[in-house]
Amino acid sequence: MKRSEVIFVVVAFAAMALFPLVAEPYGIDRVTKIMIFCIFALSLELLVGSTGLVCFGQAAFLGIGAYAAVLLSPSDGPVSLLWLLPACMLSAAAYALFMGALSLRTRGVYFIMVTLAFSQMAFYVVHDTPLGGGTDGIYLTNKPVLGSLLDLERSLPMYAFTFVCLLCVFILLALILRSRFGRALAGIRVNEQRMRATGFSTYPYKLAAFVLSGGIAGLAGFLFAVKDGFVNPELMSWHLSGEVLIMIILGGLGHLRGALLGAFAFAMLQELFKSEAIFGDFAKHWHLGLGLSIIASVALLPRGLVGVPQQLGARLLGRHQSAPGATSIEGAK
Amino acid sequence: MSSPELLLRAHAVSRRWGGLIAVDQVSLDLARGTVHAVIGTNGAGKSTLINMLSGELAPSSGRVELLGHDVTDWSQPRRARAGLGRSYQRNTIYPSFTVFENCRLAAQARTPRPWAWWEDASKCEASTAAAYASVARAGLTDLRELAAGLLSHGQKRQLEIAMCLATAPDVLLLDEPLAGMGAEETERMLNLLAELKAGHATLLVEHDMDAVFRIADCITVMVNGAVIASGSPDFVRNSPAVRLAYLGEH
Repeated sequence: MKRSEVIFVVVAFAAMALFPLVAEPYGIDRVTKIMIFCIFALSLELLVGSTGLVCFGQAAFLGIGAYAAVLLSPSDGPVSLLWLLPACMLSAAAYALFMGALSLRTRGVYFIMVTLAFSQMAFYVVHDTPLGGGTDGIYLTNKPVLGSLLDLERSLPMYAFTFVCLLCVFILLALILRSRFGRALAGIRVNEQRMRATGFSTYPYKLAAFVLSGGIAGLAGFLFAVKDGFVNPELMSWHLSGEVLIMIILGGLGHLRGALLGAFAFAMLQELFKSEAIFGDFAKHWHLGLGLSIIASVALLPRGLVGVPQQLGARLLGRHQSAPGATSIEGAK
Repeated sequence: MSSPELLLRAHAVSRRWGGLIAVDQVSLDLARGTVHAVIGTNGAGKSTLINMLSGELAPSSGRVELLGHDVTDWSQPRRARAGLGRSYQRNTIYPSFTVFENCRLAAQARTPRPWAWWEDASKCEASTAAAYASVARAGLTDLRELAAGLLSHGQKRQLEIAMCLATAPDVLLLDEPLAGMGAEETERMLNLLAELKAGHATLLVEHDMDAVFRIADCITVMVNGAVIASGSPDFVRNSPAVRLAYLGEH
């Protein structure tokens, strides 16, 4: 990571850490939700941006993590966070193992469709059966506890816990991506054929990435369930799989910080277009404004928001430097 | 004089797609210290043959042996780890990685340790040393910190070879390494191949006949999937079957 990128990440996390000091409860609640989306987006970034696997069923893992949090919590009292959290992540990872083991046999658009199909299967299991409470969803009556250390009923500890989870996930993924496993994933993203010819059995690598991604999305699902105290089938809907895909594209594929930026930008755009103070009656049609703005950003920012400084720099330099045939390493990228 | 060390053997390998026979009962031996060229017109089955030898494509019949093991049922990555390196007709480098990173990633196939997620790949001494050595051997030391996408075509082809070398292969399967090169680049590549000859068994699929006859110890000529002649460059040059196939001469 370049120095400027490290500074950006440190500043972003410092801002999130200090935000509750200046924010109203609504703001804290909102940013908690965005941080959960950041975790969700990071899980997909590992697959799409880092491995080149365009998964269109990521919401299934989120939903399974969320439903597991509710279904594994007894109704007669709170359960320990220390076992509920891993159980939720493992549930989502187990489904990812099942989904990945089969879907990774396919490629390209078939892979996208197969992951969507698996996701829809999970959706209809909770939508159409008593297991998940049908369309009404189910309530989490007792939130998990960590002795007397953490009261997740209150918004500030929930914010702090979510922040720590996000930080841990980010650091974990940053370490993984610079490890030999991560470099192999990067190689698979660019040219899987060459990786196999070099001696890498790519299938286990992709499956491991898939399972890890599912587990992280399961963590996001767990946090959703604990924060809202309620889950419904919408958490597994294909709309959500599409939204998280848009987040990472908006932020900039291939960069962990792009997932953070994308999740925040998406939420901000949603807030903006939903605002009646700004858009009046048109705010009812916020999807339209959101869609148009996303189309515009994808068209104008091909590298996503993380590429904005580079794009601006290139434009400014282009005006001052016009050396014929000049090229750059970034150009090659 | 001791007999040459045979590293790769193909026994009557064939590949059929329905009624089409792409490769028909081809046998060949690759020995260490030799360059065995496979020539033929487009569609002769050269790339299909190389794909079967490397494990990218399963033969319909026949057997492939690598270092004395029957590897016919082995996957491509397993064959690669056992000592078989290959390059492709088209560049398969990683353009956004530096030259050195391309080679280090290739070398990593020998020391993968994928579970060690906390270890920085750049700190892996074994793959770093292998990458330095392969970059130097391919004559790319001065360019090692450059993004691979910025290399010239000839340099990219050299990098392909360097990536093969980083995996410490015994056998090199090179699919048209001279394709699209100018005279100077071709000369550089031929010098590199000549240097590599001693330590490897090399299979060279190539269209540049001057280069082939200059560097190859043995040449196999394929037409419509079948071998029509195989032997020393002189034997092939004077073969009536080859003359007929290439020049229409009787």
